[in-house]
Amino acid sequence: MRQTPSQTVGPYFAYGLTPEQYLYDFKSLVGNEMVSPLDHDRAITIVGKVFDGQGVVISDAMIEIWQNDGQNQLFGRFGTGTDAESRFIFHTIKPASVNGQAPYLSVIIFMRGQQIHSYTRIYFSDETDLNTKDAVLSLVPEDRRDTLIAKNKGNIYEFNIYMQGENETVFFDI
Amino acid sequence: MSQIIYNSFDREVHPAYLTPEYKSTIYRAPQKPLVLLKQSLSELTGPVFGDFNVGPLDHDLTKNTVKNGEPIGERIIVHGKVMNENGYPVPNTLIEIWQANSAGRYVHKVDQHEAPLDPNFLGAGRCMTDSDGNYKFYTIKPGAYPWGNHYNAWRPNHIHFSLFGANITNRLVTQMYFPGDPLLDYDPVFLSVPPKGRELLICKFDLGATEPSFALGYRFDFVLRGYKQTPFETL
Ligand SMILES: [Fe+2]
Repeated sequence: MRQTPSQTVGPYFAYGLTPEQYLYDFKSLVGNEMVSPLDHDRAITIVGKVFDGQGVVISDAMIEIWQNDGQNQLFGRFGTGTDAESRFIFHTIKPASVNGQAPYLSVIIFMRGQQIHSYTRIYFSDETDLNTKDAVLSLVPEDRRDTLIAKNKGNIYEFNIYMQGENETVFFDI
Repeated sequence: MSQIIYNSFDREVHPAYLTPEYKSTIYRAPQKPLVLLKQSLSELTGPVFGDFNVGPLDHDLTKNTVKNGEPIGERIIVHGKVMNENGYPVPNTLIEIWQANSAGRYVHKVDQHEAPLDPNFLGAGRCMTDSDGNYKFYTIKPGAYPWGNHYNAWRPNHIHFSLFGANITNRLVTQMYFPGDPLLDYDPVFLSVPPKGRELLICKFDLGATEPSFALGYRFDFVLRGYKQTPFETL
């Protein structure tokens, strides 16, 4: 049997996939509050933008985050069309290191103009030791590794996604 | 001992990232080679949804957002089975759909097409597959709509689908088309699928699923990425 081909999420996903975020009268199954920040002393915020090949911020992308460190399995989804600066924002906790790997979040990116979603990962700038030894990061050409590392100010991590260009984010074939 | 490795995307049926006839791909398609990743815990798992997430009318778009009557248009049933490449059903997995109304208009705020909105039709729904991987939606047949890709560009009738499957390698977002639609021959989104894959995106009329004096039935099956078992790597 052959795989069902992928097609773009298109520009109109919001009322189906992220309805409450976009203020449609339909319940969202999932949002960007993967944990309630007030309930977790390890809560972190992930914030970023998605840029196209002309350096323009993309305001109709949908980002999903999945994390599983064996203890916490968390999933979030957010569209870039409701924030004034077209950012995505997630509230979660930093995953633990598994088997000595650097901790990371799995990211899935969907947008109009993308016929198959892209996979990337978010690593953390304050995990220098583990990042340096990490097997996956070592697979990535050294001059591109930085595109996978979110930079933190306190517990806020900034992670921008570049679809093309000199700083194109590393996307994975998983 | 063995371990499971999920197959990659089958590039013989999936569209390429860059298909310039679909103009938005030009500045949004990744250009650098993908980095092949050894699947680990995060790739071999994914979010789990349960029936508790889904409301009792979520699978029935003809009822789930009515305000003062019934939605206008041709009632249809879309049903089928979710499987993986190994031929096994994918049970208890979430399917989400969204679509235009019968006039070809999306509720979405950026849809500027001058066709009427239907106060009784949002166009969003979801359900879980049953223990055999089967799903079923009731909805209204979506209309064709114009878009700005090129002069006189029209999207064929289609329903957008989002599926999760066994783990995040299984994630699939796609569009289902209808048999005999003349617009398919002109649609760069559909035509970006290699010829081998195109018929996999067209549902089949299903008289058996058609409900007498009520709604036409269409069948659409999904095949998600399967897996291979390989001997365990010893380090
Ligand atoms: Fe559409």
